[in-house]
Amino acid sequence: MALFAPVPETLSTQGFRMAKIGVFVCHCGENIASKVDTGNLVKALSDHPGVEICNEYKYFCSDPGQETVKRAIRENNLTGVVVAACSPRMHETTFRKACAEAGLNPYMLELANIREQCSWVHSDKDQATEKAIEITRSLVEKVKRNNELKPISVPVTRRALVIGGGIAGIQAALDIAGAGREVILVEREPSIGGHMSQLSETFPTLDCSQCILTPRMVEAIQHPNITVLTYSEVEEVDGYIGNFKVKVRKKARYVDMSKCTGCGDCIQKCPVKKIPSEFECGLGNRTAIYTPFAQAVPNVPVIDKNRCTYFKNGKCKICQKTCQIENCIDFEMQDTFEEFEIGAIVVATGFQIQDTSVYGEYGYGKYKDVITGLHFERLASASGPTAGKILRPSDGKEPETVVFIQCAGSRDPSKGVKYCSKICCMYTAKHAMLFAHKHHDGNSKIFYMDIRAAGKGYDEFTRRAIEEDEAEYLRGRVSKVFEENGKLIVRGVDTLLGKPVEVAADMVVLATAIVPQPDAKEFAKKIGIGYDEYGFYNEAHLKLRPVETATAGIYLCGACQSPKDIPDSVAQASATAAKVLGLFSREQLEREPVVAAVGEATCAGCWGCVSACPYNAIEQKEIRDRNGNLVKEVASVNPGLCQGCGTCVTFCRSNSIDLAGFTEKQIFAEVMAL
Amino acid sequence: MSEPFEPKIVAFVCTYCTYAGADLAGTSRLKYAPNVRIVRLPCTGRISPMFILKALQKGADSVLVSGCHPGDCHFTSGNYHARRRWTVFRALLSFTGIPEERIRFSWISAAEGAKFAELINEITDDTRKLGPFTQYQELQKVIETQSSY
Repeated sequence: MALFAPVPETLSTQGFRMAKIGVFVCHCGENIASKVDTGNLVKALSDHPGVEICNEYKYFCSDPGQETVKRAIRENNLTGVVVAACSPRMHETTFRKACAEAGLNPYMLELANIREQCSWVHSDKDQATEKAIEITRSLVEKVKRNNELKPISVPVTRRALVIGGGIAGIQAALDIAGAGREVILVEREPSIGGHMSQLSETFPTLDCSQCILTPRMVEAIQHPNITVLTYSEVEEVDGYIGNFKVKVRKKARYVDMSKCTGCGDCIQKCPVKKIPSEFECGLGNRTAIYTPFAQAVPNVPVIDKNRCTYFKNGKCKICQKTCQIENCIDFEMQDTFEEFEIGAIVVATGFQIQDTSVYGEYGYGKYKDVITGLHFERLASASGPTAGKILRPSDGKEPETVVFIQCAGSRDPSKGVKYCSKICCMYTAKHAMLFAHKHHDGNSKIFYMDIRAAGKGYDEFTRRAIEEDEAEYLRGRVSKVFEENGKLIVRGVDTLLGKPVEVAADMVVLATAIVPQPDAKEFAKKIGIGYDEYGFYNEAHLKLRPVETATAGIYLCGACQSPKDIPDSVAQASATAAKVLGLFSREQLEREPVVAAVGEATCAGCWGCVSACPYNAIEQKEIRDRNGNLVKEVASVNPGLCQGCGTCVTFCRSNSIDLAGFTEKQIFAEVMAL
Repeated sequence: MSEPFEPKIVAFVCTYCTYAGADLAGTSRLKYAPNVRIVRLPCTGRISPMFILKALQKGADSVLVSGCHPGDCHFTSGNYHARRRWTVFRALLSFTGIPEERIRFSWISAAEGAKFAELINEITDDTRKLGPFTQYQELQKVIETQSSY
């Protein structure tokens, strides 16, 4: 029984008498042939109007198979080809190439998917055969109405924008610049360096973070191909791959970058001294005119407008009086904007740590000696507020017992985040080691769920923490931290012993979860990339395209994509650089010609399509007569910006827009032949 | 009718999510009812209500429209446009004489091969219960016999 009526003669031949379609039925070994009677399929299609030649073969994707297709195109002067085989996602490119080599426009090809969507999913051979016939027939009808398309060529501006000046952004910028391409590196803080500049020593080698990072920071700012814009933010991103237009806001620093020598006299004399330093996580203070840290790059201070006495009261200007360079400190400075032509964008905007005050039971915010891992980094850092001595924030005494609580936020769907923050197992082991090295009599106890130490040298590192530095690992969760007789009592459970435990600690360190930047989602919308349920940016394919976004020309690296340690961030950064340089190796870029076009004769200028387009690809165009008088305004699609979704086509009230490759004619023909 | 009724289902799907999901059902060798015919489009945003009407007119007993999950659209927002369009179209269905249960709207991602297979089976069963959708075809026949072209 036929599921679908055969195509009426009038429909398929009307206006297409010249169509000479070749249909090639692939057996895919046994994959298709075992469930679809290919002989019947060939017979049914041979009789179909417009089909000039219909063949079957074991593997059309093989070299001899493709030769058969090419020969058939040449010998029969075919105007279109349908290959009934696997999914177009598999071999569309293969057969397009074959068509092009035989002199047929590659867009005069359709693939009838009779494998993934037919032979592999149905068990009844008759039904599968019938379905295969209908699928192939409807695509023959479509291909008759295909138009010859040419790939669109767009020029490539060979200049990259890197957003975020942490280790990932710096690495990407250095790699791109090292290959001779220009880079604009934008960082919103006054200095580049990111979170890595806050760290003490790094796992698994225990080398000092700043010692390995600062040379990279200096290299970046001194590189002739890199323009570093600190204290700046990306305001607008327009355009498309190879041709972005980016507007950057340079926030008023109130210090002239070109004049400042970085002597630091102004910082010394600033009377507002008790501002909790963001860089020190509030463990140290800074002044109102400040550099975030001593090794800041560039070493040029900024004035914190909200804290500065002059901006608050209109009096002070001590910094200006102290400064020995004329007009270097300028209170009248305003935010400025600069526009750049950019070919590719690398997003490396990093992460923040979760606000742990949601865990009231851990006492963070209530007890001064309950701190986060990042606080511990600052305490352990030689350049930190305690000059590298691990001291209690409450009284400045050396702690005897330190309790570390892992997964304080991670892997906790109820209050924290569902995912594993990936780096906490390693940095907690490192903290325990650093504590043991700096305080030989100290005890460290670590509450953990699992030790996840996968990575080169990582498991050995955690073993060393346990075996050489005597970190005591307790498997279990902590239910409460409370103060008793000057000690922090950590109450939890040891699930291996099956017993509740209580530890009297002097300091508690929480391994807080890594979460996206607070404005990650808004920023993603601004630049037009996707994000997951948490706000981490989405890659085009988790396994096979991990550093590209779904938006062509925008790439990802570092912790903005998912929690990551330094080695992974650097590796990913270099990968983005390779992608950017691949793009920059060409002067022109070819892309799929599946784009919309407006019929100007019928367009009424209602601009419905403008509001529907997700890419702002539709502009208003004026049509003037030869005397220059305005005749009418119509919509006009910028083929460089258009990604070919077709939303505008369906939106158009006067049916004036059509989408190449998926025209109304093609689709209706396809539907009617089913 | 001597043979049991086999419904005809036309599915309009986007190439990035549901088409890929249907491919995954294939590579996973999941078995489902052979009653569905898939029309591949770049995005659900491209799917016009006219396609649905045309399919029903040309012999489909049910129509499925399926694309990427909200927030996951390859083209950022095409599926939202499709959803809005469906909301309006649904309100007009009774006017057009099409029972609402003849049209299904769903989100199937590229990873949901099993969901695709289940949905096709479900629609096939439901449509089998509903019986053939003949109103539109009969109407079409009337139009064809009466019109001179």
